[in-house]
Amino acid sequence: MPTDISRERVQELVAEGAQLVDVRPDAEFQGQHIAGAIFLPPKSLDAAATASTLDRNRAVVVY
Amino acid sequence: MSPRAACRLESLGFTPIYDYVAGLADWTANGLPTEGRLASVLRAGDVVRQDTPTCRLTERLGDAQERARAAGQNVCVVTTENGVVLGRIRGEALEGDADMSVESVMEAGPTTIRPDIPLKEYMEHMRAMRVGSILVTTSTGRLLGILYRQDAEEKLGSSTTT
Repeated sequence: MPTDISRERVQELVAEGAQLVDVRPDAEFQGQHIAGAIFLPPKSLDAAATASTLDRNRAVVVY
Repeated sequence: MSPRAACRLESLGFTPIYDYVAGLADWTANGLPTEGRLASVLRAGDVVRQDTPTCRLTERLGDAQERARAAGQNVCVVTTENGVVLGRIRGEALEGDADMSVESVMEAGPTTIRPDIPLKEYMEHMRAMRVGSILVTTSTGRLLGILYRQDAEEKLGSSTTT
């Protein structure tokens, strides 16, 4: 099961190289998102899209 | 939404996966950087005072009075150990007998707002309703602080002149 983490832990993980992924709908991402977040809406969460967008060797933080 | 996405990514073989459930609202409430079309819009979370005095249900009014005085504010928010808002003590209620229980004098279930509400619109609402302050919480009810209308007016005033 993915672990629910705090804001402080998000900052630590990103500083260590984790990938921060915004999984909200397009309009919400375009409106405002965490600086540096990668946009990957739920409908794009398939093997092909994730393979081209995310690095399997680094931790992933979603919000 | 993010718990499902996190599980989906895990099923695709990504590991480790972490879920920041509190998300953007929590991020913006703490003044951390954002991007996007609306990133520059001032929000309630941008002017929240986070030094809000708090007390527990089982404490004495005297404890609440002491913390409010130390913080220089005329309010003490009643929360659970985890920071979830249960009530508020202010005004005359805060000046009662120090030996009374917090629970007996608190105003239960005060109105709260989320930190991502656009500040300008909300400030106009506060002005129309003659509300001087409002509690700001996360979507899970955890206290972030107090938004004072005066702070909002000053912030909006300075943002239009700079």
